[in-house]
Amino acid sequence: MPNKNPNAQTHYVAALEETPVETVDRLDESQKARSTWADAWDAMRVRPTFWISSALILLIVIVALFPSLFAQVSPTQCELGDSHDGPADGHPLGFTRQGCDIYARIIFGTQASVTVGLLATMLVTFTGIVVGSLAGYYGGILDAIVSRIGDIFFAVPTVLGAIVLMSVLPERTPVTIALVLSLFAWPQIARIMRGAVLSARNSDYVTASVALGVSKFRILLRHVIPNSIAPVIVIATVSLGTFIVAEATLSFLGIGLPPDIMSWGNDIDAAKSSLRTNPQVLLYPAAALSVTVLAFLMLGDVVRDALDPEARARR
Amino acid sequence: MIWYTGKRLLQMIPVFFGATFLIYFMVFSLPGDPIAALYGDRPPAPGVIEQIRAQYNLDKPFVVQYFIYIGNFFQGDLGTTYSGRPVSAEMARAFPITGRLALLALAIEAIFGILVGLIAGLRKGKLFDNNALVVSLLLISVPTFVIGFVLQYVFAVQLGWARTTVSSEAPLSELLLPALVLASVSFAYIVRLTRASVSDNLNADFVRTATAKGLSRRRVVGVHVLRNSLVPVVTFLGVDLGALMVGAIVTEGIFNINGVGGTVYKAIKLGEGPTVVSFIAVMVVIFVLANLLVDLLYAALDPRIRYAK
Repeated sequence: MPNKNPNAQTHYVAALEETPVETVDRLDESQKARSTWADAWDAMRVRPTFWISSALILLIVIVALFPSLFAQVSPTQCELGDSHDGPADGHPLGFTRQGCDIYARIIFGTQASVTVGLLATMLVTFTGIVVGSLAGYYGGILDAIVSRIGDIFFAVPTVLGAIVLMSVLPERTPVTIALVLSLFAWPQIARIMRGAVLSARNSDYVTASVALGVSKFRILLRHVIPNSIAPVIVIATVSLGTFIVAEATLSFLGIGLPPDIMSWGNDIDAAKSSLRTNPQVLLYPAAALSVTVLAFLMLGDVVRDALDPEARARR
Repeated sequence: MIWYTGKRLLQMIPVFFGATFLIYFMVFSLPGDPIAALYGDRPPAPGVIEQIRAQYNLDKPFVVQYFIYIGNFFQGDLGTTYSGRPVSAEMARAFPITGRLALLALAIEAIFGILVGLIAGLRKGKLFDNNALVVSLLLISVPTFVIGFVLQYVFAVQLGWARTTVSSEAPLSELLLPALVLASVSFAYIVRLTRASVSDNLNADFVRTATAKGLSRRRVVGVHVLRNSLVPVVTFLGVDLGALMVGAIVTEGIFNINGVGGTVYKAIKLGEGPTVVSFIAVMVVIFVLANLLVDLLYAALDPRIRYAK
């Protein structure tokens, strides 16, 4: 904006007598400055959604780690005579078409879904942060090459690419699914990270570090990355849920986990033929899947609100 | 605008070749033999394998295969399916059906998504807004195929309002239920996106100015708030096309629709690698083109984008 009067004050500073002295006095300068994370924590912990979703996620992770604590019945010991039977003593949700205990299968299926979600998220986040920050921070040819490669992977929708790759891979385990999904999903995080690093690179604290003689790489590690990681954390939390849905979709298409690995996607796929007579066989694992995804989406919402000061002000 | 368009078109070329090469590479140079997969557990006679390999150019070096494939691709020859039908003929038959389904789904999600998002954004924190948020979260967290099965069960099996499977002609009336399923997840995203950007824009300076000028609320909301809120929604529709394609595979599989998605679904189930690749390669090209279109539209809607670089 052109300034017509060169002597005009561009920044308005309150006159001394207008400054409430007691506010200034109350400031404790010996106290450590509050970080974004401390602020975010304060914003999050007053939200009931945060506690509900965290408790759910904790429960889901415990179930995934120790399924036998929650189900005494074996999920693979199935009596065909029990096929499609309703709830019975010790079998709260009834039986599948093969006569397996639905509840036990849901409990033991947690592991596969959570493994895919967590592993894919960690892979994508790590790759995205490394690639995005190096490209954004060093720029030049590295940035050009990395960004173009990212564009190529970005042009293939994640699940479409995964469908192609999974339909030719000879071995299908939770690990390979996580690898395949992250292969097509990393550019999103890398792009966000690159953008955040680009704007952090020119901040005053970076200039100050350069003036102090800190090495370039150390500035990146100690100052630039910690200050640009917030938007990545938000996307990562939400994408965990979408990875779980993607795994289930692949299993539903028959190119996800093989049938001998228990997973919600496989159980839903197996139940689709008996949907008309016994919809509950399909609905219970679907509900387990949806609740898990919902927990991560809700947490993602809260984290976004907490890490984005604008969103916090708007609430 | 011309410069911007040209630049974007040039940028698209390496992306196109890269993406198709990537898909081609994945299918034909990874462990696992697509020809052997064709025969399942019983290996075919050795001569048969050689013949099929030659027929699909699999005996030539990989890069050569790719360029033969791309050359054919541009001549409209997308290869043949394992049952011997040309993929392009299969495409020509399947595409109009999926096109109808996708357009119907897009219309549903755009119209209702923007409407619900707008009302929720205008009544932030009220009952309608809270309900819209909860419903959208639920829709996002339930996978498309579960929504598909449930709606099929409720509306087609229980109530008998629609057909469980769509006939081969796939008229619009039969596609309504599948389109609803296909639109559900994106509808939820559009609601959330529109709501957020409407409530942002309500506090914008230009809205205060418009109100201060004495414009009616209808005009302020309809012209100033809504138009500016649509910019992120338009961008989302481009990215969303990818989700729509995956959704089409699932939805057409469930409702047994003979479109592109249904063909891919069956090809996946039968393990027909080349058919899957040809179809998905075309899908990726459409996705890239659509996103280019969205980029241009975005630049037209918001002049700041054009002049930024």
